[in-house]
Amino acid sequence: MKNKILIILIIFFFIFCFIVLFKGLNNSNIYIPKLKSEKLLINFKSKELFSEIEISSDKLFIDSDFYILNIWSSWCLPCRDEHKFLMQLNKNSSLMIVGLNYKDKSINAKKFLNELGNPYSTILLDTDGTISIELGAYGVPETFLINDEKKIIKKIIGPINEQLINEINLMIK
Amino acid sequence: MLASQIGYYALIIGLFFSILILPVSIQNFYSNKNLDGRIFSISFLQFFLVFLSFLSLILSFVNSDFSNETVFNNSHTTKPLFYKISGTWGNHEGSLLLWLLVLTFFIFIFLIKSNNQPKKYRILTLLFQQIIIIGFFLFILITSSPFNYLFPVPKEGMGLNPILQDPALAIHPPILYLGYVGSSIIFSASLAGLVQNYISKSWAKHIKIWILTSWVFLTVGIMLGSIWAYYELGWGGFWFWDPVENVSLMPWLCLTALLHCILVLEKRSSLTSWTVILCIATFTLSMSGTFLVRSGILNSVHTFANDPSRGIFILIFLFILILISLVIFFIYHRENTKDVNKIYFFSKETSILINNWFVMYFLSVVLIGTVYPIFLEVMSGEKISIGPPFYLKLMIPFLIFFLLFMSIGPNLDWIKSKNLKIKYQLVLLFIISILISFLILKNKGLTSLNNTVLITAAFYLFSTTLKDFFSERFINYSQRVSHFGFSLLILSILFNSIFSSEIITNIKVGENFFYKGGTIKLVSIENKKVNNYESIIGNFRLIDNNNNLTILKPELRIYNTPNTSTSEADIKTTLFYDKFLVMNLVKGNEYFNIRYQVKYFMIWIWISTLLLALGGTLSVFRRVNEK
Repeated sequence: MKNKILIILIIFFFIFCFIVLFKGLNNSNIYIPKLKSEKLLINFKSKELFSEIEISSDKLFIDSDFYILNIWSSWCLPCRDEHKFLMQLNKNSSLMIVGLNYKDKSINAKKFLNELGNPYSTILLDTDGTISIELGAYGVPETFLINDEKKIIKKIIGPINEQLINEINLMIK
Repeated sequence: MLASQIGYYALIIGLFFSILILPVSIQNFYSNKNLDGRIFSISFLQFFLVFLSFLSLILSFVNSDFSNETVFNNSHTTKPLFYKISGTWGNHEGSLLLWLLVLTFFIFIFLIKSNNQPKKYRILTLLFQQIIIIGFFLFILITSSPFNYLFPVPKEGMGLNPILQDPALAIHPPILYLGYVGSSIIFSASLAGLVQNYISKSWAKHIKIWILTSWVFLTVGIMLGSIWAYYELGWGGFWFWDPVENVSLMPWLCLTALLHCILVLEKRSSLTSWTVILCIATFTLSMSGTFLVRSGILNSVHTFANDPSRGIFILIFLFILILISLVIFFIYHRENTKDVNKIYFFSKETSILINNWFVMYFLSVVLIGTVYPIFLEVMSGEKISIGPPFYLKLMIPFLIFFLLFMSIGPNLDWIKSKNLKIKYQLVLLFIISILISFLILKNKGLTSLNNTVLITAAFYLFSTTLKDFFSERFINYSQRVSHFGFSLLILSILFNSIFSSEIITNIKVGENFFYKGGTIKLVSIENKKVNNYESIIGNFRLIDNNNNLTILKPELRIYNTPNTSTSEADIKTTLFYDKFLVMNLVKGNEYFNIRYQVKYFMIWIWISTLLLALGGTLSVFRRVNEK
């Protein structure tokens, strides 16, 4: 009798392990630090890539439900990889994508967009990288999801992928 | 091209033969004749075909045949020949093929070497082993064939990850696999023994050689990995409690417990069920290790590819094996009632049992530390990582008692120590150990209580094992060498962690950096172009307070295929300490980031591990000669 209970317990234990490991297989290994509190986006001012007019960020983030602020650079290879996902996100009407061009040459940046398409509604220049530092970015590419109250609700370090796109789509539904 | 074809078909025919063994051996199992000669031949053919397949994969690598996907992904024409060959098992597919090769080789050796064992037991072992072998055949053929064909044929390969281009790492996987796979024989043999009710003194005698051999290979394999981490990764340590390191440590701990337990079974025929459980656990842990490392569920240097389908295959396979062993254990296991020997407290058996409990405790700490993050993530979605502090906090207090028991245990007799008068030698040594460790720590200005106690325990073990070398009571050199090696290992690790120092700073050419113990000067920078990488060599002069000059030349290598850079630390090894210097580029800057470490007793860590393995090897040879 005692033996039977033991067997059943052991079997349940292994089934439990199996299920957990099975589910664990599908988790991604990318580590994204959790934002402790939803921070407000800081204000910044910079020149626009094409028009070269100075634009302030508080005039930019006004009439959409959600915004994506994407820090990118033409010399950064992962940016090239994630570009197609940004193009995909661009189809979403409740989302406005703002680019921040990090330590780049304007000619190269324009060439990059000509080649791969332009998902950004506005692109601001961050020639010396200071705006990115103030935003608390770790490097390129980095992406912030911002809501209509200008709160940063998600921060993605590194390139966007299929799975993250799904997550973003869920968040802005 | 041709080689890959041969390799692929050899594998398929090999699978055919390994399935063929099943009916032949089952038929033989029920007949009254001796062991069928055909079983030997088929099992040899199975081994030969896998060997052929492995050989053809090596040939594809040597000839840089990029029509083979595995070669394309992991090799490059400019790579030195040695690393082309070692690249064969430096990737997921090839390493699995190597695993299969060792599996088939070991079962063949087992069949030849087990002549004096009962026939039914041998056939059952073979059958259980075939289940594992067929599982691996299917795994390779279905999810990770090393012979996938690429068309159009690429001109150039992707190159082997440069951090894997290291001599220690070239032989690390084969040696480690010999250890892992050896445990599969132990697993099959214990299940077969259970079914045949053959777990006895003679079984223990016969399986002990396999246990010892796997243990020796596993020890050396882990050591090689650790040497690689120290010299190549440039993290400045030898053990990081990385999940993958833990995964190799767990079967090792289990085997160590088994190694001692089998002695009790051999001499006193008790602890039978515990022995069987350990046999099963060792192999299960090796397999879970494979699962954790290969499925991509954990991220580490060993994760070759994150392909969930592979993970699912190993997971299911692993749980089938666990299920089989559980079913067999519960059906056939019966307490050995007629032969139960009483175990007295002051005896070798008790001390071995205590050793087992301690080892099991360490094992569970490592196991929990390794899998807890996975479970937590699935259950609550939280990501955490568990680092050295967890392991150290949980292990060190118990390590002290473990060391003390280990000092006294081997001095007790089997069954019952009759003359229980206090051995003055042991007490004297204990007092001497306390004094020595206190003096050493006082001298260095570090007299915290736990350090003193820990070093005392380590010294005590050291002195008792040293004393055993000169006593004439037992002629058991292998045990003495291993225990002495272990005490030396613990002592070196302790000194290493207590005394080592580190300096991190940024420095540019011509600059001096002053610190408490001396100065570091970066004299010049030299650029060199070698075959498949470019290197930047820093020329550092270090002068300590006694005006001793050391010149260290760490190197930065920038590989073009694939485009990565590695830092090669420069290490000056002396008998008592290593001077370790590694540099890194600071982006867009003329400064270099350097890390200078003085690491005490590094070389003794390797020497003592070798002693540990040497003890095991001596024991294997003694047992082989006994026959």
